[in-house]
Amino acid sequence: MPGKGLIVRQRSLIAITAALAAGALTLTACGSRDEGGSGGSDNGGGTTVVIGVDAPLTGDLTALGLGIKNSVDLAVKTANKDKYVDGVTFEIQALDDQGQPSSGQQNATKLVADEKVLGVVGPLNSSVAESMQKVFDDAKLVEVSPANTNPALTQGPNWQTKKERVYDSYFRTATTDAIQGPFAAQYVYNDAKKKKVFVVDDKKTYGAGLASTFTAEFKELGGEVVGTEHVNPDTKDFSAVVTKIKNSDADVVYYGGEYPVAGPLSKQIKKAGKDIPLVGGDGIYSADFIKLAGTEGTGDLATSVGAPVEDLPSAKEFVANYEAEGYKEAYEAYGGYSYDSAWAIIEAVKKVVEDNDGKLPDDARAKVTEAMQNVSFDGVTGKVSFDEFGDATNKQLTVYSVEGGQWKPVKSGTYTG
Amino acid sequence: MNELPQQLVNGLLLGSMYGLVAIGYTMVYGIVQLINFAHGEIFMTGGFGALTVWLWLPDGTSMWIALPLMLIGAIIVAVTVAIGAERFAYRPLRGAPRLAPLITAIGLSLALQQAVWAWYPEAKSPRVFPELPGGRIELGSVTIQSGDIFLIAAAPLCMFILGFFVMKTRTGRGMQATAQDPDTAKLMGVNTDRIIVIAFALGAVFAAVGAVAYGFKYGEVRPTMGFVLGLKAFTAAVLGGIGNIYGAMIGGLVLGVAEALSTAYIADIPGMSQLGGQSWADVWAFVLLIVVLLVRPQGLLGERVADRA
Repeated sequence: MPGKGLIVRQRSLIAITAALAAGALTLTACGSRDEGGSGGSDNGGGTTVVIGVDAPLTGDLTALGLGIKNSVDLAVKTANKDKYVDGVTFEIQALDDQGQPSSGQQNATKLVADEKVLGVVGPLNSSVAESMQKVFDDAKLVEVSPANTNPALTQGPNWQTKKERVYDSYFRTATTDAIQGPFAAQYVYNDAKKKKVFVVDDKKTYGAGLASTFTAEFKELGGEVVGTEHVNPDTKDFSAVVTKIKNSDADVVYYGGEYPVAGPLSKQIKKAGKDIPLVGGDGIYSADFIKLAGTEGTGDLATSVGAPVEDLPSAKEFVANYEAEGYKEAYEAYGGYSYDSAWAIIEAVKKVVEDNDGKLPDDARAKVTEAMQNVSFDGVTGKVSFDEFGDATNKQLTVYSVEGGQWKPVKSGTYTG
Repeated sequence: MNELPQQLVNGLLLGSMYGLVAIGYTMVYGIVQLINFAHGEIFMTGGFGALTVWLWLPDGTSMWIALPLMLIGAIIVAVTVAIGAERFAYRPLRGAPRLAPLITAIGLSLALQQAVWAWYPEAKSPRVFPELPGGRIELGSVTIQSGDIFLIAAAPLCMFILGFFVMKTRTGRGMQATAQDPDTAKLMGVNTDRIIVIAFALGAVFAAVGAVAYGFKYGEVRPTMGFVLGLKAFTAAVLGGIGNIYGAMIGGLVLGVAEALSTAYIADIPGMSQLGGQSWADVWAFVLLIVVLLVRPQGLLGERVADRA
């Protein structure tokens, strides 16, 4: 009996959906055409150059993402205030990737479509970067990541045996896992004197990469890996994993991944009665890790790229300006790197504009990408320049430890291999 | 050290939480044949309700006073959201094709998640939940956390109360009648609209208790906490036989234990080391679901009902 009515209703539903979808598409198409139309044109005071930002602005990794966005915003404001590039006003367009490769790729497409965008800062996650690199490279749009640490992004999938640059438009100010993992292993083995490790990772590009470079170096040094485990970052119940760790004779846990898992994991390990430190990479170096791990997090260690921002004389100004702007969120682990990434784009744009008699050339994107290779300046995190793969030449790292509810720098150094 | 007892306890604890949430799915389905995918978010709002009460209370309030108030807060918020959802999202669609309320439920789930994310103060980063006092309790080789004690006490008690309510009270029998045949129940003088609201509200009460247990157990609440847990609870409800309240609890426990044991032991089976560990636990849990449904399509405790899909 309900047959006919149902079908009719469904048909009209489909019709409405189709109409709405078509309408929505038309509207967006109009929108982007308008945006494109005014691209690169002079509007009153001069040329507007947009620096795109792609980072997780919602979801679990929001704290890190907003730190990146705010720091880029600060760089842009500083450049505009000082009229650093004559006749060019910078703007930012921040897009949210939620830490998802698919969203990242959509955002990349969107940024490429806007002609005013001459450079992009981001993303946070290596897995997201993988999905964006080609889109940007096809458009010759330069991308500078403040946070990606997976070596394959710059040195190719076979980076361990044969380094080969994949995309000429991709650069980063962060140090790679190829350095960070071993650096952590050396600290854990030589300085913290822990010989038996239980390695856990979240199977994401970043986490698994970090865990494997750590494991390789730790074994090389003579340490023993007493167990490995992979967790699902969507769940919060690690009790089964914790029981395995507790029953192993590990004296330290290495976690490859980010703080939304690392915090609860550390807490659950200690609560189960296994009082051993958790060590992680820059992905757990966040105030939210301490919040999640609670008092149980005391003594946990994290490595992060560069020297502690607060201790660098070059960073004092950044910290002061960041506070003066009154951003609601902290600049977090990647603030300084994000500022430097944005500033590298600004430097490259400046070079291109100055070489072209104070105007943007028609092939501005390609020129900016070219100029990026030779950018060199003193940034928040030290000397900023890029090697032949697009990696930062600054290879400094720091070990931090949780004490009294805060990350305290323990040891800074340069990994030499 | 033999870790089997500890892994069983881990699984039972996780399973009790699934069970508490699964009751909401199963009751609503039993009565209106609606898979209320927003139930995971009702669970989440309960968690934020409890947190709000805790933040209102002056610092240093004893847990003995705070806990009941937090529970009440969680229940009030969750029930309000559930009744609101029923009244404004599902009731206008009663009689519409099944797909319409189902899609509405998914939409509502996203909307609630985003609303809490956007408007609850500082919900953009995880909010820390208070801890229950006391350390861990060691019973032989088994360790139980102070945060788990609430769950251990609450889950069986809730089940007992629910069983009593459904079997012994007038409203409970009205629910059974509506589940069996809504039209006849209406003819017999059962106010089915009221019964449906009660089913939503009861489901929300159990979800709220589950959310408070979640907060104590994991020490945090976040806007996305209901999503994966809701899916698991729904799985538990199907595993136990959707529509059956005891089935929901049993399904939850079986699912929890399956996850814990597969995390602990699959990797030790020769040749299976790549398929073990926590990241594969969900896969094994769903393999179990498929196997059970192949043998018993109606679920563990479900009854085969000919005229119900």
